[in-house]
Amino acid sequence: MSTIKINNLCKNYGKLQAINNLSLELNSGQIVGLVGPNGSGKSSLLRILGAFDMAYSGEVLINGFKPGLESRKIVSFLPDKPYISENLRAEQIIELYDGFFSDFNKEKAFKMLELFKLKPEQKLIEMSKGMGEKVQVLLTMSRDAEIFILDEPISGVDPASRKIILRSMIEGFSEDALMVVSTHLLNDIENIIDSVIFLDSGQIKIQGSTDDLREQYGKSINELFEQIFQ
Amino acid sequence: MSYKFDESQPIYLQLIEIFKTNIANGTWKAGEKIDSVRNLALDFAVNPNTVQRALVELENIGLAYSQRTSGRFITQNQELTRNLKHEMAENKTRDFVKQMQAIDIEQKAILDLVQRCLSLEE
Repeated sequence: MSTIKINNLCKNYGKLQAINNLSLELNSGQIVGLVGPNGSGKSSLLRILGAFDMAYSGEVLINGFKPGLESRKIVSFLPDKPYISENLRAEQIIELYDGFFSDFNKEKAFKMLELFKLKPEQKLIEMSKGMGEKVQVLLTMSRDAEIFILDEPISGVDPASRKIILRSMIEGFSEDALMVVSTHLLNDIENIIDSVIFLDSGQIKIQGSTDDLREQYGKSINELFEQIFQ
Repeated sequence: MSYKFDESQPIYLQLIEIFKTNIANGTWKAGEKIDSVRNLALDFAVNPNTVQRALVELENIGLAYSQRTSGRFITQNQELTRNLKHEMAENKTRDFVKQMQAIDIEQKAILDLVQRCLSLEE
């Protein structure tokens, strides 16, 4: 059973308030979509959950731990910007991850590499932007982690690869796992998520089960998003 | 399998309809084991909890049952599946008649149209 608890979270970049007194509790057994216009605070929130950013105020607890060394063991995080060395070959990066994370599933990683039609011996620097993103995604998805924090996993890749990533999300899902995924491609992802959080100016505007929202508004989640943020 | 859902309506309700159709037309046979939640979620490219919710509803109306260790099965109750078939047919026909009435088609003309479409099918 995994939980994320956030109380009165604030994050500023100088005078700019990226997250504004946000409180949220998420339990395992669900895939949560995080959406919002550019600059609504999605990546800021996810970087904090992924323990990539410790400069915030308020309380954040992941299975009772503040984001940091302990939480990194159970959280598989896909950040919005690439962070692995470009001089390494795909297979070297996989080995590196395997040594680093005890929950890393090397077999899965090589399988996804093949599904993505990437060459193990190719260096990241020799790859296109989309190919590099696929490597990042497969590294993140290849951990048998309790919590997945995915910042825009499908936006930079072609439609066929999107399907592979969405499949791997369904496959990686379990009652004990919690996935939080941000995207601006709601069309592609809205059937995969249990619930959705609409973020606006660092605050939660709407939060709810996708099917409940469909019933309530008679709209797809994508249409609801367009209506609210038009 | 690729299925196009109407995303403006709850997905679990549409899954229930698909599952009922599978039972009514025999794609899912009486007493047969239903595929795992994960596989169905992958097939329909939807959230596993949504599949779970639809299957639980199927159980609630008696069309499926769970066995603690071995999984979920289609009912063996043939009367239930027959009733399901009739009920689905009647609902669809009622919808159809309503649509015809909405564009002011008379009863006789509706019957003629049905007959003509049926003969075209053959």
